[in-house]
Amino acid sequence: MRTLQAVLLSVALVVLLALPRVLSQYHVTLVLPALAYAIALLGYNLLFGYTGLLSFGHALFVAIGGYGAAVLSSRLGLKSFELILLLSAVTAVLVAIPIALLSVRYVKIFFGILTLAFGMLFHSFLFKFYNLTGGDTGIRVLRPTLLGRAYEDLDKTTWLVGPFYYYCVVLLVVLGFVMWRLVHSPFGLHLVATRENRRKSEYLGVRVRFFRLIAFAISAFYCAVGGAILAINTGQADPELAYWTHSGDLVFMTVLGGFGNFFGPVVGAFSYVFLKDQLVGMTQYWRFWLGLILVILVVLFPRGLAGLFERMWARLHRSTM
Amino acid sequence: MSTLLEAIDVRKSYGDFVAIDGISLAVGEGELVSIVGPNGAGKTTLVNLLTGLLPPTSGHVRFKGQDIAGIGPVMLAKHGMARAFQLVHIFPEMTVAETIAVAVVSQTGKSMRFFTPVRKDPAVNQRVREVAQIFGLERKLDTQSRLLSQGEQKLLDIASAFALAPEVILLDEPTSGVSSGDKHGLMRNVVDAARKAGVKAIILVEHDMDLVAEYSTRIVAIQAGKVLADRKPDDFFNDPEIVAAIVGKRVGRLAAGAA
Repeated sequence: MRTLQAVLLSVALVVLLALPRVLSQYHVTLVLPALAYAIALLGYNLLFGYTGLLSFGHALFVAIGGYGAAVLSSRLGLKSFELILLLSAVTAVLVAIPIALLSVRYVKIFFGILTLAFGMLFHSFLFKFYNLTGGDTGIRVLRPTLLGRAYEDLDKTTWLVGPFYYYCVVLLVVLGFVMWRLVHSPFGLHLVATRENRRKSEYLGVRVRFFRLIAFAISAFYCAVGGAILAINTGQADPELAYWTHSGDLVFMTVLGGFGNFFGPVVGAFSYVFLKDQLVGMTQYWRFWLGLILVILVVLFPRGLAGLFERMWARLHRSTM
Repeated sequence: MSTLLEAIDVRKSYGDFVAIDGISLAVGEGELVSIVGPNGAGKTTLVNLLTGLLPPTSGHVRFKGQDIAGIGPVMLAKHGMARAFQLVHIFPEMTVAETIAVAVVSQTGKSMRFFTPVRKDPAVNQRVREVAQIFGLERKLDTQSRLLSQGEQKLLDIASAFALAPEVILLDEPTSGVSSGDKHGLMRNVVDAARKAGVKAIILVEHDMDLVAEYSTRIVAIQAGKVLADRKPDDFFNDPEIVAAIVGKRVGRLAAGAA
């Protein structure tokens, strides 16, 4: 299984790096949001899959990433993408801490509702404070420099599917690696213990609330990075980023890919973006079909696409032994 | 004998209801103290007070001279006291090795390591194997806890508490849900393990008087929130009044057995 994982990962990486040479520009711009969501969901799943806390408000942190990129680039004139990412993500963490302090005392539906409420609060803030946030039109996001390079000779799309695309792939790999180490660290082990049996983990010396708080903060960091990429891709940060249906999309993607598997969220992000693109092109009732697919998946394959693949692999492996 | 854990005139009341009405007791090194009493006598409340889960209304609870009243489970583990529950508490999706590792990681102060793979930590691995071996779980290290038999889950629950390397361990009816034939085996296993693991004292809450008689060095009988008797097993079982009060109908058989 380990070698298989390594092979699959290498193949996936090669495919990702080769895509701009194979696909049309339009299709590559589709991969960008998939990369953004993959990053956001890796963080989201630390909270959902590993810690067992289902948040319905994480679009809030995606929006902080998006608006962070917007405010920093077009209002404050900051050019460096690295600084924009860092400042937006740190802001998200700072906002996440008080929210987490209140929310992590609860689990299940209470945690879900609280996070949903905070998300909706933030959405109204973005929507109503017109002078500050641009209201429903939002704020423009200017093209940042990547590692100090402006690429002024490239037009917007060429820049997006060129340097920016590769930058995001590298970000996904780096942040994915960091997350991999996190969930396999002693910290990750204790997080899972809190999910599995709170009382028992406390008696084994696990500081449940504190660890949930850290997981929450890390998830906010990742979501903000994803949000910044999303906003740069569209050139705009608008309140839709923080809307509760967007939080729902995050949950949808994670369940679609499989929250029980480390790579599930990444699989979910890519499948969702392409599924949605296909369905939107075919029918105006795409939300209905997406919903139907989710229902079928949850009933038949509760472990998501990644879980389905795992099972198929196990069966194949057994039959060839 | 040096005192490890002591309760001094501890009271706990909920409104008008007095659950624990001035209990003092001490547990010293080398002891296995059984707490017995009829249902509703206040055993559970007493245990919750002794383990710092509940703060007493008045009185003191000290562990190695430090006040531990109401400190909560996490700090309790840090101080060196472990507790296993009557009902099996496991991490269903975790393997046996991972479950034990949770305790080892806390005990070695490694829980704030975010970037080192816990599976590749030789110190943790070795300790996990040691603990598993003591409880005969070494062949099941990679088995998911939910797939273990009821008895094995019980063992794992207790083993993970032992993995904290506690000085005192509190066992709340460790043999409940275990068939009567296996009860002695389990108790012997636990007592042996405690000796090997360097546990200095065991507090046992138990209904089964055969086990209490066989393994205790001292028996504390609780009735209506007070200490009715605090004696060595021989003295305890030779006092018909106490036996009648605590053990009730089982007097005849036990008294005959102990006499």
